[in-house]
Amino acid sequence: MKAKIIVTPKKAVLDPQGKTVANALEQMGYKGIGAVHVGKYLEIDLPGSDKETWRRQLDEACHKILSNPVIEDYQVEIE
Amino acid sequence: MNFAVLQFPASNCDQDALHVVKNVLGQSARFVWHKENSLAGFDAVIIPGGFSYGDYLRTGAIARFSPIMQAVQAFAARGGPVLGICNGFQILCEAGLLPGALIRNRSLQFRCEHIFLKTAAHDSPFTGKIPDGKLLRIPIAHGEGCYFADDATVAKLEANRQILWQYVNATGELTERSSPNGSLRNIAGICNEARNVAGLMPHPERASELLLGSADGLLIFESLLSWLQANLAKAA
Repeated sequence: MKAKIIVTPKKAVLDPQGKTVANALEQMGYKGIGAVHVGKYLEIDLPGSDKETWRRQLDEACHKILSNPVIEDYQVEIE
Repeated sequence: MNFAVLQFPASNCDQDALHVVKNVLGQSARFVWHKENSLAGFDAVIIPGGFSYGDYLRTGAIARFSPIMQAVQAFAARGGPVLGICNGFQILCEAGLLPGALIRNRSLQFRCEHIFLKTAAHDSPFTGKIPDGKLLRIPIAHGEGCYFADDATVAKLEANRQILWQYVNATGELTERSSPNGSLRNIAGICNEARNVAGLMPHPERASELLLGSADGLLIFESLLSWLQANLAKAA
C-alpha cells in the first residue's frame, strides 16, 4: 500500500510563497488565477493491507510531526 | 551557575552561545549533544540557532523529537529557565513549550541585518536587567521568523504579558516597516505562561561584546544570570 499525504497552509495563515507564485503566473499571462497555496506532498510505502490501522497511525503522525496543526491542514489517502 | 548549550546536527550558533556564557558572563557551561537524555546539574538551558536537521519538513520539527528534548520538557516543567534563540525558538514552538509557530518571512527573503528591539515586559528571567526604554540593537539571520498564532493565542499572549520583545524602528516605534519578517504584533520573542521558557529570533549571542558592534544582547544573558542568582539566594 501507499499513503499519499498532502499538507497545506491553513487558510488563515499568511502564505507569501503562494502569493508570489500567483503573481508569477499572472505575469506569465495566465490571467484570472485565484489564490495559490503551496504545500507539501509525502508518499509513504506501507506494508500489509490493513488500511484502517494505518489511517489511525498516520493521522497521529500527521498531528505529531508530519504537519504542524498551528499553521497547517493535512489530508491522508491510502491506496 | 552552570549552563547547558544544546547541540543538534547543524546547530551553528552553539559556539557563540557557549563563548558568551563562559568568557563574557564568566559562568560555567558545556555542550549537551542532542542524544543525551539528562540535564542534571544544570541551572539553565540555551537552545542555540542553526538549521537543525537541515530544516527538513519544517524548522525545528525533527529536533523536537531528539532525546534531549524530553529532558528539556522535564527541566522546564520544574521551572528551570530555557532560552531558545532563532532555530531554538522554532524548536520550542514545535515542541509545544511555546505557543504559535514561526513561518516563512513575509518577504520570502532570508534577512541578515541588525534590527532594533523594544522590551515589552521586564518581569521575566530574560528581561529583568534591561533598562526601561532601552532599545536593543541586535542582529537577525533567518528565513522563517514570521511569528504566527491564532487570534485567541495572541490575545492570551497580550493579556499575560508574554510578549517579551518586539521589532521597532530606531526611535522605538512599532511600525510595519520595522518588522523584518511580518510577525504578528511585530513579535520578536515571547515567553510561556510560567515565564521560565522564552524564545526570540534575534541573536543576542552575536551582540554581547562591543568588538562585534553592539553589546546590547548581553543584557539578556545578564538578566538570566541575575535571576538565577536571586533564586539561589532565595533558596538558601
